[in-house]
Amino acid sequence: MIASRRKYKLHNSQAVIAEQFDDRTQQHEAASLGMWIFLATEVMFFGALFTGYTVYRNLYTTAFEAGSHLLNARIGAFNTAVLIGSSLTMALAVHAAQTGMRKRLMAFLASTMVLGGLFLYIKFALEWVHDYRDGMIPGLHFTYSGPHASHVAMFLCFYFIMTGVHALHMIVGEGVMTVLLIMAWRGEFSRESHNHIEMFGLYWHFIDIIWIFLFPLLYLLGAHY
Amino acid sequence: MSEHIASRKLYFVVFFSLLVLTLLTWQIAYVDLGRWNMVVALIISITKTVLVATFFMHLRWSASMVRLVVFAAVFWLAIMLTLTIGDFFTRTNVQPWQSSATVSQPMAPGVKR
Repeated sequence: MIASRRKYKLHNSQAVIAEQFDDRTQQHEAASLGMWIFLATEVMFFGALFTGYTVYRNLYTTAFEAGSHLLNARIGAFNTAVLIGSSLTMALAVHAAQTGMRKRLMAFLASTMVLGGLFLYIKFALEWVHDYRDGMIPGLHFTYSGPHASHVAMFLCFYFIMTGVHALHMIVGEGVMTVLLIMAWRGEFSRESHNHIEMFGLYWHFIDIIWIFLFPLLYLLGAHY
Repeated sequence: MSEHIASRKLYFVVFFSLLVLTLLTWQIAYVDLGRWNMVVALIISITKTVLVATFFMHLRWSASMVRLVVFAAVFWLAIMLTLTIGDFFTRTNVQPWQSSATVSQPMAPGVKR
């Protein structure tokens, strides 16, 4: 027993089953279950924002369409493509981990980080800075003077909070990926042991799904004006 | 064998499908379909979500216990949306600062004001 514990400490990548599990299948299912329960709480978290959005969109349809028209749908569409691309590289990173290819895993993790960083750069440096200059930030710098200005401000509040919380999730993801990249570089993952990578993949794809709904609800609502 | 390893070809097929659906939802948004714009956009979003969850998130090969959690998440979200929206769409919208004489009508989906 003591010997096996020492082995676990010495060769982290070799001894792959934690003490409390019978086999790899059980360990893998337990990790997946835990991650999905966390994602279920995230569904409720974002779900409350989506519910609030739905109610006020139906109360102030015209103002929400006018507010949505202020946003740049082309940038939104491009960012959607960037995020879908990062989901692909994440899926390929998980594949590389499952087949035990360390260098490929590191390359795909780094690609995912770069694409995620590109998304955040576009969101903050190209969109939000622009929004500020155009006076689209309620409470900070708001110069919209068309009809229903206060309800347009409400739409923009939804826009900044929803995309802001989404971006916050991505920043957390970038941090976790940095740690995973260092662990991969140290050779802590193997064909037998890569649950970290797979569970993080679930988180990253979940962020992608949130954006898949945010894009039409925020950017495309007023596009046909 | 503790997990299924999907082929990389499948991931690329899903990726290109997602890109095509993104292009579709983006371009359709510029066509005025009235209230159907949002319906079409949501159908495309749900399709994309199913693609991501099934293949990228490996639900296609997951244990039934995991699928149960996913079902529970979607089901509870549906409860929240249905009950909240049902309330707002069917009741008269009385604000505390309004007198009962100027009370607005129940809001119906798609009615512009």
